[in-house]
Amino acid sequence: MENLELLFHGFAVALTWHNVLFMIIGVLLGIVVGVLPGLGGPNGVAILLPLTFGMNPTTAIILLTAIYWGALFGGAITAVLFNIPGEPWSVATTFDGYPMAQQGRAGEALAAAFTASFIGAISGVILITFLAPMVAKFALRFGPAEFFAVFLLTFCSFIGMGKENKAKIVASLAGGFVLAAVGIDTISGDMRMTFDVPELMNGFDFLVLVIGMFGISEILVTLEEGLEFKGKRARIDMAVVFHVWRQIPRYLKTLVRSSITGMWMGVTPGGAVAASFMGYGLAQRFSKNRDSFGKGNIEGVLAPESAAHAAGTSALLPMLALGIPGSATAAVLLGGLMIWGLQPGPLLFVEQKDFVWGLIASMYLGNITGLLVVLATVPLFAAIMRVPFALIAPVILMVCAIGAFTVANSRFDIWLMLVFGIVGYVLKKLDYPLAPMVLALVLGDRAEDAFRQALIGSAGDLSVFFDNPLVTTLVVLSFALLLWGPITSQVRRLFGRPATVTVEPSS
Amino acid sequence: MQQGEFERGLSYRAAECGWALIVAFFSGLALWDSFERGAGWSGGPQSGFFPAQMAGILLVASIFIFFQGLRRPPGVLVTWLQLRRVAQVLIPLTFYILAIEYVGVYVASAFFIAGFMVAFGSFRWWAVLLSGLLIPLVTFWVFELQFKVPLPKGPLEAWLGY
Repeated sequence: MENLELLFHGFAVALTWHNVLFMIIGVLLGIVVGVLPGLGGPNGVAILLPLTFGMNPTTAIILLTAIYWGALFGGAITAVLFNIPGEPWSVATTFDGYPMAQQGRAGEALAAAFTASFIGAISGVILITFLAPMVAKFALRFGPAEFFAVFLLTFCSFIGMGKENKAKIVASLAGGFVLAAVGIDTISGDMRMTFDVPELMNGFDFLVLVIGMFGISEILVTLEEGLEFKGKRARIDMAVVFHVWRQIPRYLKTLVRSSITGMWMGVTPGGAVAASFMGYGLAQRFSKNRDSFGKGNIEGVLAPESAAHAAGTSALLPMLALGIPGSATAAVLLGGLMIWGLQPGPLLFVEQKDFVWGLIASMYLGNITGLLVVLATVPLFAAIMRVPFALIAPVILMVCAIGAFTVANSRFDIWLMLVFGIVGYVLKKLDYPLAPMVLALVLGDRAEDAFRQALIGSAGDLSVFFDNPLVTTLVVLSFALLLWGPITSQVRRLFGRPATVTVEPSS
Repeated sequence: MQQGEFERGLSYRAAECGWALIVAFFSGLALWDSFERGAGWSGGPQSGFFPAQMAGILLVASIFIFFQGLRRPPGVLVTWLQLRRVAQVLIPLTFYILAIEYVGVYVASAFFIAGFMVAFGSFRWWAVLLSGLLIPLVTFWVFELQFKVPLPKGPLEAWLGY
């Protein structure tokens, strides 16, 4: 029970007035970010990251993770009230949430969404509390070869588990790696792919790319449909909330199933988006009244929300324990940790106990705060959506430009943001997944370093990747995941075909 | 689009194949640069090895996507109308970023926000004026005064002593 002791110590770290205040600020900012199109979790965190450099790391990460929770909550508001998913992972929430709002049950749908989110998130945090230290302890034995194998596992699972066109996932990943390699090579000191442009010497900062590809491009996609939002009104009072909470036990099975799906998808980087669709699909398949899905069934709100939050939260497990993020937002947080001089990975649990357990404790507190804040402030945030987009859009663009600049105080970065905004727009329109690219950008250098260090150790002999049972297992597992698609489709063919939901991502 | 009445626009096939070619070009560039520096194996990978492998994979993937795109059924990716709306934002945004270089973030933002509101919204003149002034001022207060994060400034700020 050493973990519990450390956790309670963590609560003591997180529960200072100062930290709780930043938690509330973070949740509020996160909801804004989640509600506004064009400002998602990843680039919301990316934009605010530079502002936190002056803070102490624990407070800063509490602020940033609180933004993450807020964004997860906020996405549901627009999904239910406006039929616009504020975040990609709330697309599945619109299927039943918006019909509920049309029937005048918006308050109920929102209360259900938030409660489900909370349950999903807490299951993810419990998973982190008990599993992360074990994973970290195990990973302490890792050398460069093992780390490279874990990186390989991450990337292969992206390709194998991804629902998008495989060639496009591969292109997205490889593209991220190539972009990550631009600039001075850390091992040899060579200038790589700079083509004598001095601005490229430092390489592309992934934060700038995230702001462009997630922020600017999202605005462009939103603007295609014109500048209008039309929404339903919602009022949440405690009567509605309690009414929903009384119903929750009836849907316990759905919630547990979705949470487990979400946790699995979060740890193996399947991501919150895939998890929410999967949660929805599973709920529909096991439901007694399958036909009412899509017409305002409360289960259709509970399932994707709990899965998405469980995934979003669990994505922080590999980030903390191994230094490998499970989602784009986790990748941005990881970048933040590195900027503060903290090396995410197993050593964090040994060397920065206060920080790690303060963070984990703050996840519990942040989600409780988030639930309370979001229930209290729905009308306020619904009102934000009533502010004309002709005012919101330029402000978002300004915030993005400022965010891109502050990353490295470079005006060139604002131009880069514009370029990658256009690139992101094209990629989104052509259904290239963006998360693998961001992940490759963040991990590219470290994966390469691990690869080369492993080979320097073995004097260039590739057998180092099959040296001991651990690394061999990881490598074999990687290739198994890489071929996951063909294997499962064969299995499906053998055992009849289960129903699958295929849903086009919103555009 | 399924009703048979085609809205005119950029076809998915053209965009898919065109983009694949652009990606292929850049991966070729990366390959060329990597091999220029040495992408081989001398007691371990050289500095160009890893990027060259990745660029190679990217090249193969983009060629695959190109041929996949050729076999796509006809369909519209974006209508010209949608594309025009995107351009209506992209072009002012470009000028905004250009303006940041000369007059700083605050002045540029004031004009950008006000201009956007006039062009796309139906606001009263005082709402435009107020937003155009207040939002940059609040930004200034947050970044320069509260967080001490210096943003690009121009002659106006210099004249005011910042």
